[in-house]
Amino acid sequence: MSNLPIFDVAGSALQAQSVRLSTIASNLSNADSIASSADAVYKPVEPIFQARPLDKGGSLTSVQVKEITQSEAPPIKRYEPGHPMADADGYVYAPDVDPVAQMVNLISASRSYQAGVEVLNTAKELALATLTMGR
Amino acid sequence: MSNPISNYLGVHAAALPLREQRMQLIASNLANVDTPHYKAKDISFQAALESAALQAAAPESTHERHLTLLDAGPRIFERTGVQPSLDGNTVDADTERAAYGRAALEYRASLSFVESKVRTLLTAITGQ
Repeated sequence: MSNLPIFDVAGSALQAQSVRLSTIASNLSNADSIASSADAVYKPVEPIFQARPLDKGGSLTSVQVKEITQSEAPPIKRYEPGHPMADADGYVYAPDVDPVAQMVNLISASRSYQAGVEVLNTAKELALATLTMGR
Repeated sequence: MSNPISNYLGVHAAALPLREQRMQLIASNLANVDTPHYKAKDISFQAALESAALQAAAPESTHERHLTLLDAGPRIFERTGVQPSLDGNTVDADTERAAYGRAALEYRASLSFVESKVRTLLTAITGQ
């Protein structure tokens, strides 16, 4: 913890939201990754956030990514006998990625990221104004 | 508050750290806007002011067995959410952004008071 803890707090928020943006990008880009078996299919990932107190009183709280969970949703089974990846019964397996839900998540993450940047900018301006006091 | 410069700067010098602490709290809230079970926190300036006034009005202890008032510190409380979300988070991003903007403005106000006091002092020292 530095002597400007607000930067640590806002920085941790940027980091966490950036992890969230990365997982969304990963899910969206693998939405059409077809596999020949239910086990080999891509599993959508999602980060779980956790509050991390910076001081003893617990008033100053940064955020961290506790873990990145893999979705347990069963893959979508499609009958496509002509597909080169089809299994013996003619089925292919696609991950259960909901593009609409992912896009909503993306907007939420980018708004939170912007809020973090605004906090940083304001804190920086105030710190500079305090440093140049009396000049 | 015993040194003459602190006395000269008055309440604004004491207000600055409190304002900064409030901004830190709001930054914490904004950072945890998507954290499950996080409760939004804030400082009650009213309670902090009353506590400070009580401290100032306390009689001076001249004997080692005199009781002293406990310093409770700044009063932090959990803000009630306007629309609590399903995951137990009570942070409302818009409220927090507005509160942050306001807190930044209040910090600037306190800062400009202190700054003008410092300028006055500098003018007196240099005698111009």
